[in-house]
Amino acid sequence: MSHAESQDYKPAELLICTASRLMLDNTTAFIGTGIPMLAASLAQRMHAPNLVTIFEFGGTGALLDELPIAVGGQSTFQRAIAATGICDVMETAQRGFIEYGFLGGAQIDPFGNLNSTVIGDYRHPKVRLPGSGGGNDVGSHCWQTIAIMRHDTRRFVEEVDFITTPGYLSGPGTREAAGLPPDTGPFRVVSNLAVLGFHPQSKRMMLLATQPGVSVEDVIENTGFDLVIAEEVESNPPPTEDELQLLRGEIDQDGLYI
Amino acid sequence: MEVIQSGMGTLIQQPAINEFREWNRQKPKALIDKRMTEAEAVSRFIKDGDYIGTELYGTVRCPMSLVNEIVRQGIKDLRVAGQGVLELDMLLAASLVKELDLTYIGLEVYGVSNVLRREVESGRVKNCVEWSNAGITWRFKATAIGVPFIPVRSMLGTDTLKYSAAKVVECPFTGDPICLVPALILDVGLIHVHRADKYGNAQIEGISGFSAELARSSKRLLISAEEIVDNEVIRQQPDRTIIPYYLVDAVIEAPYGSHPGEMCYNYRRDESQIREWVEASKDPQTTESYLDKYIYSVKDHQEYLELIGSEHLEDLKLGGE
Repeated sequence: MSHAESQDYKPAELLICTASRLMLDNTTAFIGTGIPMLAASLAQRMHAPNLVTIFEFGGTGALLDELPIAVGGQSTFQRAIAATGICDVMETAQRGFIEYGFLGGAQIDPFGNLNSTVIGDYRHPKVRLPGSGGGNDVGSHCWQTIAIMRHDTRRFVEEVDFITTPGYLSGPGTREAAGLPPDTGPFRVVSNLAVLGFHPQSKRMMLLATQPGVSVEDVIENTGFDLVIAEEVESNPPPTEDELQLLRGEIDQDGLYI
Repeated sequence: MEVIQSGMGTLIQQPAINEFREWNRQKPKALIDKRMTEAEAVSRFIKDGDYIGTELYGTVRCPMSLVNEIVRQGIKDLRVAGQGVLELDMLLAASLVKELDLTYIGLEVYGVSNVLRREVESGRVKNCVEWSNAGITWRFKATAIGVPFIPVRSMLGTDTLKYSAAKVVECPFTGDPICLVPALILDVGLIHVHRADKYGNAQIEGISGFSAELARSSKRLLISAEEIVDNEVIRQQPDRTIIPYYLVDAVIEAPYGSHPGEMCYNYRRDESQIREWVEASKDPQTTESYLDKYIYSVKDHQEYLELIGSEHLEDLKLGGE
């Protein structure tokens, strides 16, 4: 095993490793499609063997020996605690049992609202994207949500074209006013340039740490809105040799995602 | 109850719950043999303009043999509960979809659906109404419960709600805003299962997705099964029956019925076939060639399986349970 830091990795690998470190042992985590699946698989192998993964179509507590490709696939309930259905999972989230929700999206705004529905005007879309799926439900019901995104000015925008999944909507108190469960909302945004949080009062996105080789200016330049900058911006460590070896050698051997 | 907000989306299907009760009242309760072919089931029970839904989805326990038959018969102007992958891609590719209650149509690991993009961006799909996955499933649940709507805490505050047909009201008990989603009653539901008897009693292995809810919100229900078993097999494990016979109108034997999707414990997904579709779907002409090769030019599911090849299918099989 090697904890040595690696210099040689792809952006996707950095995203997976960073997200994985946010997945804590003995917590419940709603795992969306794509990068969250790889991050969960890595977390179980590295530091969180009892991470209880929850997949929207009914897989609860699977041991991710095999990488899920689909959120309803057999590996989402392989050696699991329970194989139920979407209602059970969504109702569990709505009752307040799911601590973390891991999501992706095409656009994100300063309040962490996510778009995965359309680019452009809704009635005459430039790009019709897949739609909410379980995204809106994860962002509505999980206690804390973590978005995983590529970082550029087309994705980090002042205003998303469509609010698919609720972040802090238009600022402090607006989630509660809309009827969403109190004390829920975006917690972190993991990008290939930074780890971001949300300012406790203004609920605007706040730079917490930069990824290796990235400056605060780089992050500002690639963000399409004014970021709150934490008093002390930390440096996020790069992936370790161990993490990369697991990712490449075991988790995604076929290179489906990486 | 004060309505605080109404989604701008149209109600594609009315939550006519009393009519649904009447419908269920006249459905046969006798144990009758409902076995038939895909061709017969689709022509007897699905017509142009129907509102249909499928379960589970595209690459997982999906009624692909039935969907392919819908495409083969060209049943058009369909209104569809839009939660899917390959199955809805096929219907969209053949331009058979007129209206969509849309929660997710995409290719998962392979990204956005090319045919969804073409059909929606061109306006060939006339109407999209947005929902979340839980939102649409809870709509089925409302029907399954037998009530016209169900209160949920999804979709609140978002454009997903704004472009849905949901309503936000002030909860008469807590005073907080709450989202009401209308019961979704399907003209036809299509579900693929591991085993069923000839009457339609159906059992599923692994996660049950939203099969229980979709089955109970369908006026007509077509069940395709990997295996038709004796009624006694069902009776030995009644706790596994998710769909009882009286909900079911047709039972179709369809080994590899979910191909190229997976069927847990039976066979894995066919990655090369899925990739072939992903590539083909990028261009209208190659899309048409794919439909021609795998649907229009084959007579039925049996011929489709012969085209895929028994050796290839054998390779997809998973070891014993």
